[in-house]
Amino acid sequence: MDQGQYYSALRHRLLTPSPRYTEVVPVNPELQGRAFAPTAPYLVGREKVREFSRAVFSTSPLNLDPAAARAAGYADVVAPPTFAVVVQESTLAQLLAEPDGGIDFTRVVHGDQRFTYTRPIVAGDELTATLAVTSIKSLGGHSMVTAESTIVDAEGAHVVTAISTLVVRGDE
Amino acid sequence: MSVAVGDVVAEKTYTLTRDSLVRYAGASGDFNAIHYRDDVATSVGLAGVLAHGMLTMGIAVQPVVEWLGGDSGKVLDYQVRFTRPVLVDPLEGATVTVVAKVGVVDDAGARIDLTVTYNGETVLGKAQARVAL
Repeated sequence: MDQGQYYSALRHRLLTPSPRYTEVVPVNPELQGRAFAPTAPYLVGREKVREFSRAVFSTSPLNLDPAAARAAGYADVVAPPTFAVVVQESTLAQLLAEPDGGIDFTRVVHGDQRFTYTRPIVAGDELTATLAVTSIKSLGGHSMVTAESTIVDAEGAHVVTAISTLVVRGDE
Repeated sequence: MSVAVGDVVAEKTYTLTRDSLVRYAGASGDFNAIHYRDDVATSVGLAGVLAHGMLTMGIAVQPVVEWLGGDSGKVLDYQVRFTRPVLVDPLEGATVTVVAKVGVVDDAGARIDLTVTYNGETVLGKAQARVAL
């Protein structure tokens, strides 16, 4: 699967009629507690932050103008609160690519999303994300997989934790 | 900043067009074709092209950031549940309204509760931003 493609597919598959009589592999409970390798460092570019800011309808000079951001005490433009998803994405790609994970991409829906910040992301940051599966639950024939991606800077200091709950539809 | 529980601190309406979706696709790297191709969207059983859930989440917090004087760094925690899709008409687009209300005030700041509606229905559940004041 390509990086960056899962999100929407996920959420909207819920609305997709699933083929009947398909053999469904259940989500592997051993994913919980499994150690995943940190992702390759992601260098936050100023123009990427500005591009993302415009795409989410930001009007804030701190997101768009380096001089305004510096005047407010930041090293460079500040990323909007949901920008962390761009860094988180590669960890979810890791999860879906686990050969024994049993998470069928075509049956996954994005259930909920959360970002918990220690400090905002700023252009120039070099960020690394590490995935952990913190919970796998069954609910009405579906599996709810909670994936937590801890994102740290080049010094190893915590920046943000991104948490996604993915709903993996069971057989029906 | 003086706030009280129940205060509506921001209210804003956004019009999402197909252009908005293409722009977000490029900015985020989410190139799923159901966000710009009707044929692909309908082939998987959708009524048409949908907005990225993460785009709706990203926009919904903007009125709060504006209220915070543009300092997105004051958003300490932000969560949503994706409950309904936003269908984006090729001509009319989709109108999404955000109402931001103070849910909790404490030593850490405030919890802002967001009501995000499209076509008369909420599209995000438990949409909450923890902010420093």
